Amino acid sequence: MRTPIAFFLVVSALLFTIGTVGVLVRRNALVIFMSIELQLNAVNLTLIAFSRQLGEVNGQVLAFFSMVVAAAEVVVGLAIIVAIFRRRVSANVDDINLLRW
Amino acid sequence: MTDLIWLVPALPLAGAVALLLAGKPLRRIAGGLASLLVGASFVVSVLVLIDLLGVGAEERTVAVKIFDWISVGSFEAPVELRVDPLSMVMALTVTGVGFLIHVYSIDYMHGDPRYSRYFAYLNLFVAAMLTLVLANNLVLLYVGWEGVGLCSYLLIAFWFERRAAADAGKKAFIVTRIGDTAMLIGIFLAFSTTGSVRFDEVFGAAGGLASGTATAIALLLFAGAVGKSAQLPLHVWLPDAMEGPTPVSALIHAATMVTAGVYLVVRAHAIFEASEVALGVVAVVGIVTAVYAGLSAIGQDDLKRVLAYSTISQLGYMFLAAGVGAYAVAIFHLVAHAFFKALLFLSAGSVMHATDGVIDVTRLGGLRRRMPVTAASFAVGGLALAGIPLLVGFFSKDQILAAAYEAGRTGLWITGLVAAFITAIYITRAYLLTFEGEPRSELHPHESPALMSVPMAVLGVGAVLGGLLGASAQTGRVQRFLGPVVGEPEAHAAAGALSEVGLSVIASAVAVGGIALAWALYGSGRVDWQALRARFGGARRALSRGFYVDDAYGALLVTPGKAAASFSASVLDTRVVDGAVNGIGRAFVRLAGVGRRLQTGLVRTYALAFLLGAAALVLVLVVRT
Repeated sequence: MRTPIAFFLVVSALLFTIGTVGVLVRRNALVIFMSIELQLNAVNLTLIAFSRQLGEVNGQVLAFFSMVVAAAEVVVGLAIIVAIFRRRVSANVDDINLLRW
Repeated sequence: MTDLIWLVPALPLAGAVALLLAGKPLRRIAGGLASLLVGASFVVSVLVLIDLLGVGAEERTVAVKIFDWISVGSFEAPVELRVDPLSMVMALTVTGVGFLIHVYSIDYMHGDPRYSRYFAYLNLFVAAMLTLVLANNLVLLYVGWEGVGLCSYLLIAFWFERRAAADAGKKAFIVTRIGDTAMLIGIFLAFSTTGSVRFDEVFGAAGGLASGTATAIALLLFAGAVGKSAQLPLHVWLPDAMEGPTPVSALIHAATMVTAGVYLVVRAHAIFEASEVALGVVAVVGIVTAVYAGLSAIGQDDLKRVLAYSTISQLGYMFLAAGVGAYAVAIFHLVAHAFFKALLFLSAGSVMHATDGVIDVTRLGGLRRRMPVTAASFAVGGLALAGIPLLVGFFSKDQILAAAYEAGRTGLWITGLVAAFITAIYITRAYLLTFEGEPRSELHPHESPALMSVPMAVLGVGAVLGGLLGASAQTGRVQRFLGPVVGEPEAHAAAGALSEVGLSVIASAVAVGGIALAWALYGSGRVDWQALRARFGGARRALSRGFYVDDAYGALLVTPGKAAASFSASVLDTRVVDGAVNGIGRAFVRLAGVGRRLQTGLVRTYALAFLLGAAALVLVLVVRT
């Protein structure tokens, strides 16, 4: 028996919400980063679920793209976080406001 | 040969370019090279003249097109040279006198740190002047006109380390600019009414112009001539122009450039004749200037300034001649003046050379014994200027006065005689104070070297024998040669009560009378002229300052102008212009002060804004579907 699509969507929505809340409330840059990954994966899950439901391959392809972009983003983002951490011994995003007026 | 006319301006131009680009390596030969090129130009002019004399009088106008220059719609201004009697007389005068003055300058400027540049400018001047006189349309003429103005500025201010020279250069440029601007407007007006700038078409259409339009064009062109030829009221630059090297004063500010205005009036006489008032204005401005400048010349102590005012006065004579319709006579006087005035200037330069720059006649005296050649040259030039019979100035001046008399303008004639009387006085005074009597200061003058004496001698011969070329207004060679261009000289057999011989006798008597009076005052020793100076101090000061015209301009125009400029600079510019710019800048800073509060620097605020924005977009999409 096929799992109904609603299950996937509910899980996806939960994951996305957790990620969004994490981005908004956490201060540690690494945790925010992980939360963003959570959001991305929630979206990927949605894409694949619809892909399966509709019997089309487009959604899966898009998911791959999204993963590639996420990987690239992680590379750059982690490098920045590491650089900031080395300098300030903290990964608290509220402290990073040098470019503010 | 006529096709080679382009060589005439091109040779000096090539010299100017070569000397400007390679002045240092060419320094040793700069003077020789420049003189040679102008000499070659003179030779080409002579060959063209011979060609021209070989054909009938009616075929002596040839247009030689060199290349298209400006061609827009119906507007055509080609670089086209006009070979006709008038332009050839001018070209020969310019190259001939120019050549002699180049040769003279070789020794005069010897040792100057900017020797090459001097000859480059001088060559450039000759090229521009030749462009002016050979041009076949008003636009090319204007190019030459501005070119000579530029060279005049460069050469007056040649010794720009001296404040006076730099100021005089600027003054000359700015004052003539007033006339030039009017002239440019006149050219525009001529084009807009006749549809062309070519001489043949513009002057051909002159007869059909409305009288008011013709007057406007003629007076605007005449304003240019007034500026360039230093007539009242734009004459103030010429006396100051004497700050330049003396050969420059001889070439540019006596023999050639300043006569461009006379040339223009003669060239454009068709327009002047189409107007009722223009010719009258020309004659009146000329005669008033002649008398005014002559009186001012009496009061000058600087020998060169005497000659400068004399030049203004003689140019006034030429305009008088043009104004009464005696164009050929005006040009003849122009040529004659080029010879004797260049001679006078070169003699003055020789004096300066010998006395290390002392030129104040009250400090000179007795130079004749030390410098016989210079004294003789000055005497010949002076006698020619005064109009003593058989010298060239006698014929030309006599013909001008006769033309005024025969035109029925007795008032102009009498005033002209007064001017001639004044002329004789001031030039005799200058000669006597410089060369006769006892030396009035410790100077050890010496005669000038050959390269300076020879040009003076050649010009002297010209001043003596020039009369052979134009002894009579009707039958003189120059006048008949010019006939096809300026109209045949008319024979006014019995316009007045006096015959031509009678007029000549009167003119000569006036000249001799002037010389005698000056001799009695300054040469006889019976009058203490220094006591006289002290007694009439006020009158002398008025004369020496040219009746305070310059001071009046200073008070009425220059001082308010400077005040307005400094007001603009310190108030308008700093407060209004800068204030507006700075004010706009400050307004944006203030506006940005409000906007920048949005940038908290808290990453989570941005994330929230991002989320809300995304949610809003989704909401919009949902609502719309």
